[in-house]
Amino acid sequence: MTEATLNKLKILAEAAKYDVSCSSSGTVRRGRKDDGVGNTVGGVGICHSFADDGRCISLLKVMLTNVCMYDCAYCINRRSNDVPRATLSVSELVELTMEFYRRNYIEGLFLSSGVVRNPDYTMERLVKVAQDLRTVHRFNGYIHLKSIPGASRELVNRAGLYADRMSVNIEIPNECSLKYLAPEKDFKSVYEPMGFIRQGVLENKEDRRKFRSAPRFVPAGQSTQMIVGASPEHDRDILRLSSAFYSMPTMRRVYYSGYVPVNTYDARLPVLKQPPLIRENRLYQADWLMRFYNFTADEIVDDAHPDLELDIDPKLSWALRHPEFFPVDVNRADYESILRIPGVGVKSATLIVNARRFRRLNSEHLRKIGVVMKRARYFITCGELEAPCVADVSPDYVRRSLTAATGKERDNNPLQLTIDFGS
Amino acid sequence: MMLVYMFDGTFEGLLTAVFDAYSRKSFPEAIVREGAVLPMFCDECHEVIADTGKSDRVWRGLGRKLSAAALSATATSFLCELPDYDITLFRYICRALNSPVSIETDFSDPDVVEVTKMVRRVRYEAMRIRQFLRFQKAADGTYFALMEPLYNVLSLAVGHFVDRFSSMTFVIYDKRRGYGYYYDGREVHCVTMPETLPHISSGRLDESMMDADEKLYQDMWRAYFKAIAIKERMNPRKQRQDMPVRFWKYLTEKNG
Repeated sequence: MTEATLNKLKILAEAAKYDVSCSSSGTVRRGRKDDGVGNTVGGVGICHSFADDGRCISLLKVMLTNVCMYDCAYCINRRSNDVPRATLSVSELVELTMEFYRRNYIEGLFLSSGVVRNPDYTMERLVKVAQDLRTVHRFNGYIHLKSIPGASRELVNRAGLYADRMSVNIEIPNECSLKYLAPEKDFKSVYEPMGFIRQGVLENKEDRRKFRSAPRFVPAGQSTQMIVGASPEHDRDILRLSSAFYSMPTMRRVYYSGYVPVNTYDARLPVLKQPPLIRENRLYQADWLMRFYNFTADEIVDDAHPDLELDIDPKLSWALRHPEFFPVDVNRADYESILRIPGVGVKSATLIVNARRFRRLNSEHLRKIGVVMKRARYFITCGELEAPCVADVSPDYVRRSLTAATGKERDNNPLQLTIDFGS
Repeated sequence: MMLVYMFDGTFEGLLTAVFDAYSRKSFPEAIVREGAVLPMFCDECHEVIADTGKSDRVWRGLGRKLSAAALSATATSFLCELPDYDITLFRYICRALNSPVSIETDFSDPDVVEVTKMVRRVRYEAMRIRQFLRFQKAADGTYFALMEPLYNVLSLAVGHFVDRFSSMTFVIYDKRRGYGYYYDGREVHCVTMPETLPHISSGRLDESMMDADEKLYQDMWRAYFKAIAIKERMNPRKQRQDMPVRFWKYLTEKNG
């Protein structure tokens, strides 16, 4: 370990930072009593730090090398870019991971790589890192491995024995756009390794039913990522694709990455002043609705509304398009209906169905429980004199009153004149 | 007529106060800790003498009324050590004992809501320790970390570190409360160290005490922390939200 490693780490972290995934969730590994280090806590995982861009740092997210033989338009590491290149040796990276882990900097390793020589050669080196960590250093923390598109089934199967989670990024939600931006890639090169992982997990499930001691295979499932805003797809296409992914067994998370204009010289890419951060946020909200609120993709966006609204969240947007669903009686409605009230989350919905066993709830109780009454009051009834329901007043009225600028926003408005009294 | 109970500030003391209230058939309006100033309109002050026999009986009684999870949650919430919280927990325990069914999910009751929130806050603080604790390796191979958590939650977090780093020897220290835990590779010991030690007062090991590679790894971690942020997406507000500034003092990546 020397200064040279530090410089390589800098370059390779820079190269890896556009990958969004960083979660360390989904598996429980108990610590070993006698040798090795590490455990994973399961549940939500642990974020050890938050970078200046507000994103969590849970895993050591780094590339083995940022040398790449592909030339994908949206990627910072494309062959034709003139960026500093570096390669970490397997032993360097293993040692770095162990030392960071022992200092409680990280939960584990998230390793990806540019493609050198051929997919199998690259994949083999990734597997070697995971293998050394697990077998030589008895590392029991989290390992997330990228599966290199085009890698052979044998290598994916070997990787799965050491990794907690594996992922293949689809990057562009439409095959034509993908081929246009990344001529060397197609959907097959993405879906094939996904299929390997899925089959591995399902076979492993079968094996573990017969032999409880059979080693686990990718216990935290797989994830994928889509770049938003680099190609002309609508949110409808993106969400339909995610919902198809979620119906696939073993797919745990789809990440959305607002396109950061890295290769501005490429004419195939749109010119953006800023990454589409709000759109990205709305997509995550829609994603949450599909995963935890029993919404389907077609409820959130349809052909009449192919894109998510930017000024209100998708749940409120759905509610305004369906005034006939409201008001919901919080004292009688089932959990699923309560979940659909804007201003009520999973946590407060659970509290409501528990608390109403004891007595009828009124708006004061709801506020205490944590319901955002400012939004919820248009959509509920709780047996008292209440604010007008969205079905009585018009959805437009509710929209206007909820999106009206708050005092602080008005103050920050650059169009608002301020009088300078001098000093 | 205002009745005040005074107890010694321990959980046993609080449970004994519950016992006393039932045996004296008089329930206090306020509970104060020893040494605190009595409320202005205090007419009668009963001093509670902590008694494990009595507190155990209350605890067993409570165990019959609440689920195991809610029972441990009440004890956890007491770690917040906020004097204002004592009376809330006292009322919660009394209500739990009086009620024929478990009250733990009655979230329209203000005390139940308050206890639930406090449990969440205390557990969150323990989680913060698991997140933001940073070890520094000393020359003798011991890993050292120091924090100043808001609540007294070191005991909730130490098990996690023992499970995770069972083959290391380490110290985790709560500077605010002046105690910590030392794990020697087999067992955990509670330790106190003098405030005057330079690494206790600053939270940082002096370079002469550090392991040979420690400095380099700290530099690497700082370099990594800087490199991983995307310049186009700077969001200091979100950073402060998820990693409050009060933790920055002892974070390797935010210092040096």
